Amino acid sequence: MVEMPVVDKEKCNGCGLCVSVCHCNALVLVGGVVTVVETEECSWCTECEAVCPTGAIACPFEIVIELS
Amino acid sequence: MGVENSFLKSIPYFSGLSPEELDSVKKLIFKRKVERGDIIVFEGDPPEALYFVGSGAVKMFRTSAEGKEQVLNIVRPGDSFNDVPAFDGGPNLASAQAMGPVTLYGIPKHELDVFLQDHPQVAVTIANVLAAQVRHLVSLVEDLSFRPVVGRVAKILLEYAGDGTSPGQRLTQQDMAAIVGTAREVVSRSLKALQSNGVIKIDRHRIVVIDKEALRSIAGVST
Repeated sequence: MVEMPVVDKEKCNGCGLCVSVCHCNALVLVGGVVTVVETEECSWCTECEAVCPTGAIACPFEIVIELS
Repeated sequence: MGVENSFLKSIPYFSGLSPEELDSVKKLIFKRKVERGDIIVFEGDPPEALYFVGSGAVKMFRTSAEGKEQVLNIVRPGDSFNDVPAFDGGPNLASAQAMGPVTLYGIPKHELDVFLQDHPQVAVTIANVLAAQVRHLVSLVEDLSFRPVVGRVAKILLEYAGDGTSPGQRLTQQDMAAIVGTAREVVSRSLKALQSNGVIKIDRHRIVVIDKEALRSIAGVST
């Protein structure tokens, strides 16, 4: 399973800005709300999160310490 | 096909105009479509027009002499950009780049000058729009005292890192910005700086701390 951005469908207003900026076709509008399509092409650029006017889409980071 | 009256009305500059005045404004406006990555406005160039976003998103940024990019603002449908240079004729303050396919509307600078002379009542809304931009920029200036912020971001990474047996709490850049008390764009730049210094590695959705001691030093945490 590929980690993908998370959409809060209640906050999503269907403006489609995230879909327009996505480089990898990972986001589609279905019934006026954004749906995420799992794809390994997603590079976690976080531009969808940056552009969303309502904070509906999140690209959370996991922070890990590399063991030497 | 030109711009719709309903769209024009939604733009603060034109909200107080009569239908006849809106019709006269429409004649001045050009429409342009750009693709992802296209640079619409170059920082430092003479202003060509005042722009409005019809659809899509535009990133406003400045570039340092060393080539570092600082995002100032993201312009969404209904918002304008390149306002100050279009009004005062000075060089463009920032570059504007399409983040995806974008439909733009614009008023050429020379047409704007005539329009403002003929419709002086627009000056009030111009003042309000520019005042809001100044507030946003003052807040960003406050956030951009860079060294303290990168130290606070480093501290967050240490605090929220998983301990190897269980994953830590996940954070978005907006979460980190809220915790640190800064703007998302400043967190983004801090993470890039930590990566270019070899302290962390960003592997898609994972921030991997490569040099924990260096990160502790930057965070100002005693060993």
